[in-house]
Amino acid sequence: MLRSKDLLGIRDLTPEEIKLIIDTASGFKDVLKRDIKKVPALRGKTVVNLFFEPSTRTRTSFELAAKRLSTDVINFSVPASSVVKGETLKDTALTIEALGADFVVVRHSSAGVPHFLSRILRASVINAGDGANEHPTQALLDLFTIRAHKKRIKGLIVVIIGDIAHSRVARSNIYALTKMGAKVRLVAPSTLIPLEVERLGVEVYNSVEDGIRGADVVMTLRLQLERQVKGFLPSPEEYFNLYGLTTERLRLAKKDAIVMHPGPMNRGVEIETEVADGPQSVILEQVTNGLAIRMAVLYLLSRRRRTR
Amino acid sequence: MSILIRNGYVIDPSQQIKGHRDILIKDRRIEGIYPRGKGPKARMTIDASKCVVVPGFVDMHTHLREPGYEYKETIETGTKAALRGGFTSVCPMPNTDPVNDDISVTEYMIREASRLGYASVYPVGAITKGQRGEELTEMEMLKEAGCVAFSDDGRPVMNSLIMRRALEYSKIFDLPIISHCEDINLSQGGVMNEGYVSTILGLRGIPKVSEEIMVARDIALCKLTGGRLHIAHVSTEDSVRLIREAKRMGLNITAETCPHYFTLTDESLMNYDTNLKVNPPLRTSRDVEAIKEGLADGTIDVIATDHAPHHYDDKNREFDTAAFGISGLETAFALSLRLVDEGVLDMNGLVSKMSINPARILGIQKGTLKPGAQADIIIFDPEREFTVDVERFYSKGKNSPFNGWQLRGVIVKSIVSGEVYEWE
Repeated sequence: MLRSKDLLGIRDLTPEEIKLIIDTASGFKDVLKRDIKKVPALRGKTVVNLFFEPSTRTRTSFELAAKRLSTDVINFSVPASSVVKGETLKDTALTIEALGADFVVVRHSSAGVPHFLSRILRASVINAGDGANEHPTQALLDLFTIRAHKKRIKGLIVVIIGDIAHSRVARSNIYALTKMGAKVRLVAPSTLIPLEVERLGVEVYNSVEDGIRGADVVMTLRLQLERQVKGFLPSPEEYFNLYGLTTERLRLAKKDAIVMHPGPMNRGVEIETEVADGPQSVILEQVTNGLAIRMAVLYLLSRRRRTR
Repeated sequence: MSILIRNGYVIDPSQQIKGHRDILIKDRRIEGIYPRGKGPKARMTIDASKCVVVPGFVDMHTHLREPGYEYKETIETGTKAALRGGFTSVCPMPNTDPVNDDISVTEYMIREASRLGYASVYPVGAITKGQRGEELTEMEMLKEAGCVAFSDDGRPVMNSLIMRRALEYSKIFDLPIISHCEDINLSQGGVMNEGYVSTILGLRGIPKVSEEIMVARDIALCKLTGGRLHIAHVSTEDSVRLIREAKRMGLNITAETCPHYFTLTDESLMNYDTNLKVNPPLRTSRDVEAIKEGLADGTIDVIATDHAPHHYDDKNREFDTAAFGISGLETAFALSLRLVDEGVLDMNGLVSKMSINPARILGIQKGTLKPGAQADIIIFDPEREFTVDVERFYSKGKNSPFNGWQLRGVIVKSIVSGEVYEWE
């Protein structure tokens, strides 16, 4: 049983809760392999995807997950909404609740928005990415994928390469992996390493060769190309030279290391095409697992609501 | 009309008075101070037994929002909140709309405040026209109209040459330049202190160096020009160190901090409460300790409020876009009194930093109980406890992170120019 009505971040979860979500996702993954991929678990419930930032992958994944559980889904994204007319976040959220939403899946460019909404809404709030804070379902699907391949999380060496400072995926993964006992290494230029990040129990490397050595899991992050303008990097080319995940660099990891990427990829910037499409890549599997994880999260939160 | 305040424990650092005294007020001025029981008869008598009687406080860093942002605060609500908090004089910063870079705005503020009769208002004029950081304001005219200092508060003077000229030019009038120290290139987009907590929360950080670089720059310019420099809202350990060294060199520099900088740290932001969003941001426990040391050893001369009232809608929103600032007038004194409990300051030191010190920096005849001075007096019960309740604030700004806090030290009466306001 989850303790909160909301999923705001991995930071608030216990290792037991993380395990529960992944175990539950395992069951749903079997459902997704069936010919008829739908279960009636949440029939009559309403899920609203409230996306203030453009997203196709995460929104589609949540939408499909909700439909597989037989809920009604509404997509509310910025360009189509009254947000552009100057409606406040609070009013938008309350309006959506008034329509009868049981779940509000929110993505916003500002960190803390899901926390704000959770305080004013009775509906369960699920964080689908808030600024540079967290993207909890991404980390959960990453752990699910890692566990499927490595049969464990504890003791694994997981290296995360890329823009740690601005990445909610990195933060959620750092919390999730360290809670489950993995050793986490971060690799990035110093301009993209947030202050005092070592205190989260991770090791920091500037050199990708040093960081990748002996790793069980190699995760690269998407590089936002606007970072160049803001002075974090001289150019994407130099970034690729220094941090791009190439076949050669991947050889420094363990032989059976898996390669992960939260998508969407910039081929030739953070990852070489040969690696992205290579035998060690589990990138597409991540997408499938994301569906199962999101079903598990919706299902577990609704069970909690019912017994409350 | 004469008033005798009897049996109170009087603390007036401007005359080294500390003990039970009677105070006589006549014709809105202090007539005399007498040993306990020796005060002459008066038309009205106030019994201040078990209370402390001090000069009215002077807040040299206030935002009254009028003209221009009356939905956040007005001169009326702000000066009444000031009195409630023990401040009989306040210095509104110039970031109104229009900016106080013109005598018409200065005169309006003073006229409106004196019509209302709550706390007295001593405006701070802008350093540059429109606070744009480009051309100096007409400082002589502003001074004549009633400005007591100059500041581009909220919009730091980034151009070092302009800051140099401001320090040189204001010297003619012997008025201080109050510097909001922030390198806006370093702080750009930041919403909280940069450090471990911002790393966890994924919020953009405002590094301590964005303040310290400007403190160091302004100290260098102060040394060059011999101008009068006052550093606003000091929030970091190294700012305190830099100011301490500058004072040792004998420079003409003073400094203030605010209650939130010695009371709270960035750790309190963990649930994204926008009432804790303030600029400069709440720092770390190391900085809090350094600020207390700075207060104790005299590096920091003044406790000001940086009272920054905001409308509910300005705060009840995304953290990134919420307004910066804390509504501080009505909690500043009780929060500062904790410094006495902690042994950081004695009562005399605390009263100095809230009355005579700012008055001297600004060159105004306030913060004293000397016979002849305007009768601005605060009577407080140092033992009585209260619970902070923003709904009971006189200020329109309910944006206080201290709502619900249990504090000690209740102001029972505020006397401004001989007018007695009794609270509760």
